[in-house]
Amino acid sequence: MSAPLLAEFDSPEALVRAMRLAAADGHRALDAFTPFPVPDLTDAFAPKRNPVRPVMALAGFGAAAAMYALQWYSSVIDYPLNTGGRPLHSWPVFLLVPFEFGVLIAAIAGLITLFWVCGLPRLHHPLFAIPQFERASQDRFLLLIAPKDADASALRRSLERAGALLVAEMHP
Amino acid sequence: MSGPAQPHRWIDRDRLGYGEICAAVADPIQRRGPGRAWVIAFLGVMPLVLATVVAIGAVLTVGIGLSGVNTTVVWGFSIANYVWWIGIGNAGTLISSMLLLTRQHWRASINRFAEAMTLFAAAIAGIFPIIHLGRPLYSYWLAPYPNTMDLWPQWRSALVWDFWAILSYLLFSLIFWFTGLLPDLATMRDRARSRVGRRIYGALALGWRGSARHWAAYETFHKTMAALAVPLVCSVHSIVGLDFAASLMPGWQESIFPPYFVVGAMYSGFAMVVVLAIVIRWGLNLQAVITPSHFDAMAKVMLFASLVMTISYATEWFMGWYGGEHADRTVISYFFTGDYRWLYYSLLFCNCLAPQALWFARVRLNLWALAIISIVINLGMWLERILIVWNTLSHGHAVSLWRTYHVSVYDVVILIAPLGLFAFGFLVLARIFPIVSIHEVSQLAHDEGAARRGTA
Repeated sequence: MSAPLLAEFDSPEALVRAMRLAAADGHRALDAFTPFPVPDLTDAFAPKRNPVRPVMALAGFGAAAAMYALQWYSSVIDYPLNTGGRPLHSWPVFLLVPFEFGVLIAAIAGLITLFWVCGLPRLHHPLFAIPQFERASQDRFLLLIAPKDADASALRRSLERAGALLVAEMHP
Repeated sequence: MSGPAQPHRWIDRDRLGYGEICAAVADPIQRRGPGRAWVIAFLGVMPLVLATVVAIGAVLTVGIGLSGVNTTVVWGFSIANYVWWIGIGNAGTLISSMLLLTRQHWRASINRFAEAMTLFAAAIAGIFPIIHLGRPLYSYWLAPYPNTMDLWPQWRSALVWDFWAILSYLLFSLIFWFTGLLPDLATMRDRARSRVGRRIYGALALGWRGSARHWAAYETFHKTMAALAVPLVCSVHSIVGLDFAASLMPGWQESIFPPYFVVGAMYSGFAMVVVLAIVIRWGLNLQAVITPSHFDAMAKVMLFASLVMTISYATEWFMGWYGGEHADRTVISYFFTGDYRWLYYSLLFCNCLAPQALWFARVRLNLWALAIISIVINLGMWLERILIVWNTLSHGHAVSLWRTYHVSVYDVVILIAPLGLFAFGFLVLARIFPIVSIHEVSQLAHDEGAARRGTA
């Protein structure tokens, strides 16, 4: 099997069109690189569910519960202090700090999960070696696609017909 | 919408390709020098930055006696400044996240610097409670940590709530801002020509490739953060409101305080965003992406917030009277007839009367008028905070303790100098990071149809 091709387009619509044509011919689109999110590409490549939200929920509620437990332990068991006759377990005001802390931990956990899902940080990647790739963050829309057979020329021609400005081979 | 004729609703250019957007935002940083206006502004704020450092150093060495506080009016400028700055700080993330959740695509042009405003303002706000502590060297006692004294923080204390609110909010805002910045850092990396630039932006971009999988996870995380930010911001400023409302003082012990503080924060924050937007639009030549329609929309939000503030003040007066408590009633009458009455009338003028000019489209679209009104609103909101502190403390339950506040030089310095620190932060940031979100404006240009046929 030959190396995957990286085709460059000047609009997301052209990329999506070319991707559908190539997929109809039996080629396998691997990924797309764009300067901003394109819903059609998200549907095509991203897994239906990602773990960001469940992890955030778990971390957030867990941290909030732990903080509440710490408040309860410190003011009821370890250091009971009567302030103006208020109950030692002053639950209404004990809700404030767990909320703030839970949101903070959810955010940190979410960021870590985002990096994990994206495989970041990764400062070197074979794609960075392709000169045209640096425009994927600016004004070009790139499609990475694996040809179905050893000869990539049919796929290359079909991509160029669909409007690709430049088609390059990617060597890992 | 009754704005002036422009080719697209939120983009003031017939065609604006993706490459042009990148160039408009990134080139002032990467291709051009700072320019004369930047250098003058930078040198201009340096004395204020120094004054801030000196004032903080002085109060840490000499003590809280430098401030005009006395045994009756035990709170002063530090507390008012704290509430004012945290209010501005709250608005950035609130604006950015609420507009994201309500799918207001025009936020693309303003959200980045609104979030940066949050970072600097919340960081400055965090200084004030510490320098207002009698013994700032013990400020770390607010954190629960295993210690040889066998002590725990007092969880019922408003100071402890403040500590957690500011800490959580600052770190949360930093994560929210950095997430939005990440794809733009990749753009900066790819456009950098110098080796140093490529290294620095490359390291900060963490290898972002803009893959469809990246974007999917990014969007999930960014939207979830926005959904969390709204209750977080409301809780942070509600906690600031509780600093007052949880006390037993007349004029403070009111259940309206938390929501009223949240609206006040949004109000002064929007006014600050308008001022910054005007300056940034002019300084970085971003007329194509920060359009009159943006100012029109922000002015309408300020007008609405002004009405809510007016209703809040009226509710405060009504409840003071209707509640029938003698101390409450005398504090309300002290607002209008007491020692600070002229400041109170100025507050009502700044916050309730002046913004009514925004009913007129001509005023909303005149940037000079909008800038003046925004500054007047910020002034009025500071007066509101200082008067909340002064009026109640000068006129509490015990008649024999009634005293007024006397402003000291130190007070004036910590009021004015941090503005220079804030401007300093912005000036430095504007030379390092894209001050407008490149990927979101590109998306906006795509959705609005301004980016037809890619780039030139």
